[in-house]
Amino acid sequence: MPLDRDQLAARVAQDIAPGSFVNLGIGQPTKVADHLPAELGVVLHTENGMLGMGPAATGDEVDPDLTNAGKVPVTEMPGAAYFHHADSFAMMRGGHLDVCVMGAFQVSAGGDLANWDTGAPGSIPAVGGAMDLAIGAKQVYVMMTLFARDGSPKLVPACTYPLTGVGCVSRVYTDQAVFEITPDGVRVLESFDLSLDDLRTRLDIPLLPAPS
Amino acid sequence: MSKAQILASPDEAVRVVKDGDTVLVGGFGFAGMPFDLIDALIRHGAGDLTIVSNNAGNGEVGLAALLKAGQVRKVVCSFPRQVDSYVFDDLYRRGEIELDVVPQGNLAERMRAAGAGIGAFYCPTGVGTPLAEGKETRTIDGRDYVLEYPIRGDVALITAHTADTMGNLVYRKTARNFGPVMATAAATTVVQVSSVVDAGQLDPEAVVTPGIYVDRVVKVEPRHYTVQGAR
Repeated sequence: MPLDRDQLAARVAQDIAPGSFVNLGIGQPTKVADHLPAELGVVLHTENGMLGMGPAATGDEVDPDLTNAGKVPVTEMPGAAYFHHADSFAMMRGGHLDVCVMGAFQVSAGGDLANWDTGAPGSIPAVGGAMDLAIGAKQVYVMMTLFARDGSPKLVPACTYPLTGVGCVSRVYTDQAVFEITPDGVRVLESFDLSLDDLRTRLDIPLLPAPS
Repeated sequence: MSKAQILASPDEAVRVVKDGDTVLVGGFGFAGMPFDLIDALIRHGAGDLTIVSNNAGNGEVGLAALLKAGQVRKVVCSFPRQVDSYVFDDLYRRGEIELDVVPQGNLAERMRAAGAGIGAFYCPTGVGTPLAEGKETRTIDGRDYVLEYPIRGDVALITAHTADTMGNLVYRKTARNFGPVMATAAATTVVQVSSVVDAGQLDPEAVVTPGIYVDRVVKVEPRHYTVQGAR
């Protein structure tokens, strides 16, 4: 069975090392936090200026001065720190952030990322911190469905959407399989539904088998 | 630059804005948005403005209200399109406003450079993407970088939590966001705060923005909004 969204978030969380500094993108990647137990000591970064971000705020906890990058009211964990935007992105670009998790329209076999603009006529481009995260975090994990609604693969030989970053993605977590982008090519680390042969048939890229 | 002035009203505070100015507007969504200064700017009426801010307005208050008033020629921001950015979306689709999309970290660092006297800097963000097209690139130690230039403001309008009478500022939580950087990057920095205290009342170790960057301070009653439909 393909993974549902919650199972996929749990699968990504499995690969986050204890004590990591992690940025979770807006939307689906936010769910990864639900699968990071406190004892792991993972510290969440939000690019609007905070380390030690806690879960979404509810009821009386809501403070308009405390939001995440998606502008959702959140809470602070003990040991949290606030900082301004230039510092927030310096810690990204400077290689201090261990992992970021982002969604994507497309990822190429070479690890190029497209997730900010469809380039469609009438679309309003909005990049936010995606380009900074893509080149800044030590590990860039993408979390997406493997196929678009029309059935076309989103892991492709070359991105057709405008790029967010070049050769920046390290792993691609999808409902069908987990892929690692390596210098030798794309390796299937784990598949949940389709066989390796099925994946090879449906994707236009060479696939390396999981290490035995 | 002389010592910060503590002013009686937002209207007096924003009087320095002129037609055609580049105005740096703090805030990330609604957190840290200087609502009272923006409302005063709408009453002031300066037009043909270039606004530099992370977003292009939410709902119909704050920056969105300024756009709706027709005072803005161009928006320089990282993330205009949001669930409630319909005022901007409509102006943009009708061709009535210009848009320059800048990666969020570049927006911050380009203002930091302006405030720090840096002529330009090589940055790895955006290499190989449409946002780097036409820009000078350079390979340093095997990595590619794009040359980015400072963004200066004529005026910055920001929110802080508390100012002292020297203009020293402390902020509150993620409402800090662009405030400290914008304060350094504008010729005149105007700040709205929730309280003003006497010099000596702020712990000098805790000051985030030293008063040298601050020109005009006004105390307001804080107003808060939440972005509807945020997720």
